Order: sequence, then C-alpha cells, then structure tokens
Amino acid sequence: MSSPSCFHCGDPCKHSTVSFDEKDFCCNGCKTVYEIFQTNGLEGYYQLEAAAGSTPKEVSDGFAFLENPDIVKKLLDFDEEGIQVVQLHIPSMHCSSCIWVLENLNRLHTSIKSSQVDFPKRELRVTYESKDFTLKELAILLAKIGYEPSISLEDYSKVKKKVDRNLIYKLGVAGFSFGNVMLLSFPEYFEVQEFWLDQYKPFFRWLMFAFSLPVVFYASQDYFKSAYKGIRSHLLKIDVPIALGILTLFIRSSVDIIFDFGSGFFDSLTGLVFFLLVGRFFQQKTYAHLSFERDYTSYFPIGVTRLVNDSTEESIEIYKIKTGDRLLIRNQEIIPVDSILIRGNAQIDYSFVSGESESVSKLSGDKLFAGGKQLGGHIEIEALKSVSQSYLTQLWSNAAFSKNKASEFQTLTDTIGKRFTIVVLSIAFIATTFWLWYDPSKALNVFTAVLIIACPCAIALAAPFTLGNLLRIFGRNGFYLKDANTIERLAKIDTLVFDKTGTLTSNSGNSISYEGLELTNDEASLLKNTLRSSNHPLSRELYAILERQNILTLDDYEEKTGKGITGTFDGHAIKVGSAEFVGKEESAAHETSVHICSDENYKGRFVFKSKYRDGLTPLFKQLKKDYSLVILSGDNNGEQKKLQKMFPFFLPMFFNQKPEDKLEFIKKAQVHSNILMIGDGLNDAGALAQSDVGIAVSEDVNVFSPACDAILDAKKFTLLNHFLGLSKQSIRIIKWSFLLSLCYNIIGLYFAVTGQLLPVIAAILMPLSSISIVVFTTVVMNIVSRKINFNT
Amino acid sequence: MSVIYVLLSISVFVAIIFFAAFIFTVKSGQYDDSYTPSVRMLFEDELVSSNSENNNQNKSQTK
Repeated sequence: MSSPSCFHCGDPCKHSTVSFDEKDFCCNGCKTVYEIFQTNGLEGYYQLEAAAGSTPKEVSDGFAFLENPDIVKKLLDFDEEGIQVVQLHIPSMHCSSCIWVLENLNRLHTSIKSSQVDFPKRELRVTYESKDFTLKELAILLAKIGYEPSISLEDYSKVKKKVDRNLIYKLGVAGFSFGNVMLLSFPEYFEVQEFWLDQYKPFFRWLMFAFSLPVVFYASQDYFKSAYKGIRSHLLKIDVPIALGILTLFIRSSVDIIFDFGSGFFDSLTGLVFFLLVGRFFQQKTYAHLSFERDYTSYFPIGVTRLVNDSTEESIEIYKIKTGDRLLIRNQEIIPVDSILIRGNAQIDYSFVSGESESVSKLSGDKLFAGGKQLGGHIEIEALKSVSQSYLTQLWSNAAFSKNKASEFQTLTDTIGKRFTIVVLSIAFIATTFWLWYDPSKALNVFTAVLIIACPCAIALAAPFTLGNLLRIFGRNGFYLKDANTIERLAKIDTLVFDKTGTLTSNSGNSISYEGLELTNDEASLLKNTLRSSNHPLSRELYAILERQNILTLDDYEEKTGKGITGTFDGHAIKVGSAEFVGKEESAAHETSVHICSDENYKGRFVFKSKYRDGLTPLFKQLKKDYSLVILSGDNNGEQKKLQKMFPFFLPMFFNQKPEDKLEFIKKAQVHSNILMIGDGLNDAGALAQSDVGIAVSEDVNVFSPACDAILDAKKFTLLNHFLGLSKQSIRIIKWSFLLSLCYNIIGLYFAVTGQLLPVIAAILMPLSSISIVVFTTVVMNIVSRKINFNT
Repeated sequence: MSVIYVLLSISVFVAIIFFAAFIFTVKSGQYDDSYTPSVRMLFEDELVSSNSENNNQNKSQTK
C-alpha cells in the first residue's frame, strides 16, 4: 500500500501522518501552513493547484540579524513616513498557487499593504506599515508559510543593478525606421517614369534620409564601436565589414539623393541594421531566476550575533567580525569565518562547500571552516580570521575569477570575418581598378556597390540564430547556459573533469545497508522508537527506511552528542552510534556507519553509502569515445575501488584535492587541452572559473550553484553527452549557413562588379538572404535536436 | 496636390506616437516580467467570481 500524499506539499507521508480536517499531512509544518491559510480565508491556494505547498523549514532564529537597524536600512528600497518597501528573493516559489498566496499576504497580517511577485526572478516586493511590523517579522511570517526569503551578503553589498534595455531601444528605433523607409521607397521600385512620382521624389527621398539618421547614428553604434576597437587591436572582426557596409550605404545613398543619381539604399540600410539587431536580441536568452555570477557572498548571511562579555548578544555586520570575537551560531545558520568551537553540539553540514550531504560532528576545541551550516542547537565559536581571509573565501582572490572567458575567445564568426574582410576588400579594389581603366565614371559606383552587397548580414545572423535556438532547446531540457558564446566553447572541449561528491553522487539520500546479526522483533521495535527521539540527520535517515513499529514510550532515553544514543524499554537497552560508543574498534575503511548494540551484545552496523547517479556507467562509456575523462575529488580515496568497478576502463582519479589544488590542476591541463569542469560545491568554484567551460550541477536550479558558465539540472545529468554532441553539431550548422550566405554574396557580387546594382536588387537580396539563413538554421537545429527531446 | 504632404505628415506623426508609446512601455519596465501578470490576471478573475457569487446569494436572499 502506498502511503497517502500530503495535502499541502504532495510528498508521500512516510514517517507519520498528521491528520487534520479530514486531510493528511506529512508533517506538523505542513499542517500549520494549512491552518494559517484556512483561518485567513486563503483556501483558494489549494484550489489553484493541488498539493502546491512547500514544507516549511523549522522556523529558526536565523533572522536575528534583521534587528540591526543598519542592516535593515540597506535592505529596504523605501522607508518613509511609516511605510517600508522591501524586495525579497524567495527561491521556493514555484507555481501559480505560490504567486497567489504571496500576493495575498495582506490577508495574513493587517500591516502588510500590498505585495507583488516577479515570478521569473523569484522575487517578492512587499509594502508594509513599519509602525507595528518589522522586516524580521515579515521574514519569519514568510518562513512560517514555507516561503523563506533568502537574504544573503550579496543583497547587502550590491548596488541596485540597472536593467540594460539599450538593445530593445535600438531594435525599436531600427524597426520604426525600417518600416517607414520601406513604405516611402516602395513607389520608386516600380514606376520610374510617372508624373506625380517625379513631383514628390525629392520629398520622399529626404524623408527617408531623415529616418535613416537615427539608425546610423544610434541603432548601429555598437557595430562602429566594436569595429573601431577591433581595428585598433589589429583584429578584423565580423563587425568591420558590417560597419564598413553601413557607412558605405549611408554615404552612397546621401550622395545619390543630393546629386539626384537615384533613390539611394536607405531601405537596405535600415533593413540590414534591423535584422542584425534582431539576431542579437535572439541570441540573448537570459534566465532571470538563475545567477551565473555567484560567489560566497550569495550564501553567507549579512549579520551574525556576537557575544559581548559572554552574556550580552548583539547583532553585527559580517564584515565587522574581528579575530577573537565570540559568535553565536544558531540552528540552520552558516558559519561565516574560520573559527574554533567553544561550546555546544556542533553538527556541521558542509554541503555548500563540498557537496557532501553528510553532516559531521565536532567537539569543542575543533576547528570549523567557514561555509558550514550548523544543524541542531546553537553553538558558540571564536573567530580565528576575518571573513575575507578564511580558507574558503580566500579562493576568490585568485586571478581565475577576474578573467572574462567570453572576450578572450575568438568566435567562429569572427574567424570567418577576418578572411571575409580581406577577400571583399580585394574584390572591391580589383573591380574598381578594372572599371577605372574601362569606364572611370562607373568606378566609384562599383566600389561602393561591392561593399554594400558584400556586407555580411547573413553571416552575422547565422551564429546568433543557431546558438540562440540551441540555448532555448538546452533550457527546455534543464541545461541553462550563461550565453551563446558558451556553446562555441563547449564544442571545442576535449577533456572532461568531474567532481565526485554531489556531482557523480546524488545529494538526495544514501543507500543504507545492514551488516551483521539479524535483529529480533523486539530489538527492531526498540531501535525504531529510540531513533524517533533523535534529531541527528543519520538517525532521521535510518528511521525513515526502517519498517513501521508500534509506538512505545521509552523508559529511558539518552543522547550523547557526537557519539550516539541509548534507549531503554522493559529492561532492554539498545545503543546506537559510533563504533567507539558501542565499544567496537573503528574499521579502517572510510565509511559512514551506525553501529547497533543490544544489551551489551554487538549486533551489527548500518552502512551509509553515497548513491551514485543512475546511468553513470553507460554515460561515461559514451563520453569515453570522444573525450578524455578525469575525476577530481576533495574526498579521501575510500570510494576509489567502487569507482574503478563502475568505470572499468582507464580513468584517472585524484583524491584529497583542496579547492586550490583543483584550480591548479585545471590550469596545468589547459596548456594542451580544452577543459570542461563539472562540479557543484563552492569548493569547485575555482576550478569552474579557471576551466574553459564550467558546469555546475544542481539538484534545485533555483537555489544553489557557484559561479559558472552553465547550470545543469542534476536530473538531466545523463543527457550530458547529448548536450556536448549538439553543441558540436550547431557549429557544423553555422558553417553550412556560411556557405549558403556566400552563395548569395556571389550572386550579389555579380551585379555589383558589373556595375548594375540597383537599389531594388539590394533591397530584395538582403532580406532574402537573411531570412533564408534564419529559416535554414531554425529548421536544421530543430531536426537535429529532436533526439534529445525524445530522450526526455 | 499638397494633400500628400498633409497625409504623410499625419502618418509619420501617428507612427511617432506609437514609437514613443513603445519606448515608454519599455522604459517603465512593463516587459520585464512577462509571466506573472498572465497568472495574476486569472486570480483577480477568480476573486471577483467568488464575490459575485456572494452577491448573487445576497440577492436571492433579499428576493
């Protein structure tokens, strides 16, 4: 029988079902949220989408830093006359029900005036009266209903980013002018000798001239700038012939209408710029809810609680922590600096840092590294360093983080552009020399005509449309790239470097196996009941997989932090914990295990093994054909044998790699190969930044990923070889479309060189070539990518 | 004859008005979030319907 699913969040009710209002809930948290919604008339939440909720985390004191007025002031967007406005990032919103409940916050608290959701950005903007409501209360309220806002150091230091809408304005200007110029130039295409047309010709032409001015001087600015920069650094980018074409078009057309030679090429000019800008716009596929620029500040809290004179607590900003400060870290809070544990039960989860999902126990006097998250009760620590000098954060001072991969990379289009420019210029000069000797009056005409017709509009469009398309296809399949440039770099990769923990292994759940003597029914029952009282993550996990037992009230229960638990019932005692705790010697292998001892008789142990993702072996076999593979792990070599068994071919593995080691490894390997780094934790951040392409694997793409070039949904990990294959294919498609557009250029050049280029021919050829390229790339790309869509 | 000047200036004027409207809408951030409003629209609808149901009930009661 399958367990009922929770009415609130839809998860199966595994551990214990809480029944309320004739509905099943998986935990008390979900029930509470339901109650809150119920009493405030927000039941509509469940009507919109069934089981829409997210389980609220334990509401901790995690927002204590919001008591500090300085911090609050920096977070608020607006604060005047008792009204405050704040913008909060809420990663857990995921459906229309979420939007609905978050926009109806005013029903939950009277002080909240209004709230508005920006779903693509996962942001919530709340306006509230500050008289009897604070930001802290708002944060706690949100956390209570399962929408915990993430307020990190990043929000604190960030200067409000201005949205860059320049491209849209330019596109608007170009489109506006293009449409109007087309309208005005239409009459002259057909009826050349007509009375009324001759009457209005000058007026029409000067109007077109006026419309083309903003296109040349505003909309095509970027091409001129880029061409100028390219020439200065002796690079013949594709922008050089484009800028040359635009300039020639404009000057030739102006001269034409001034001296009444013809109607000019204003239609082609505005159309060209418009199409080019459309290509640029298409290439920009941004994922508003993803960030590719994250560093440690995205995970660190803004403030921590400092203990003064061992008794008074004060909330201070994180940058103000000095060596020797006593800090109080509560449940679910992140340790901001390298420190020493003074007091309390430390249960540190380093999953942000290493991807390792298992938490570790620490004893007082142990060193704690920045980036760990405390689970369980609160602890007291003493800072050993300041934030920026901690072991983890120091990584960001490495030069790898300041380089810009995209600008260093020469794209395929630019490589072509160089040869293209040289060829076009030589044709132009040869043709002009010929005409100078044959018919000097036509020489200038031919020279400009060549430059106009050879303007590589179609070539410049091939890459943006192919790559923009692929970007969207990847996005639909859970592979989010930072920009189109990444695809070209991806196609050149020859070596794949994998992190182990969190990348090859899955964060969600371990595989647990029991070794030893079989437990009797009484023992099993006692074990289950003992485990129920414990909050230790391992106990919880073990509890979840054991069979259901009757609930007993234990006679005695004792928990020794970092060691184990003891439960007594009806004269029998069971000890659950580390090997040392049950009086057994620790085995040499590095394994996480929980030992069981009943009435002083050793029974056996549960071994926790990190689970590798499904389908890894076939994936690696596929990848092995085209790439060299390396595994780079921060862990000890406890899993080496298992890995070798999984991948029965030559596969170099390196263990005990510190974050800097990983970075250096990549740097060295880059001398003779192009590296793709695939990692997940902050400890891979250096390697991801240094590599040619860094992919962050993430279980939940909205929540966590270090700075990288691409984010891969962990569920789609096995599609990796398809992604790589597609990027290679896209480059092939671009090359084909280059050939196609060259054909158009040759046709156009025939007209140009023979001196018979009429505006109408240019006006037909230019859009025709551009549109056919766009159609070609779109159709081919969709056919090629069909395979990947089948697989999902 | 000069009617063409009048017509053209009107057409250009209208085009410029629309162009200005486009720039204004972009500038005010109306295209920044193209998803949420589409969902929000449906909510308001629903709220109204629940209100109107109440109204209907009230009406039937008064009858």
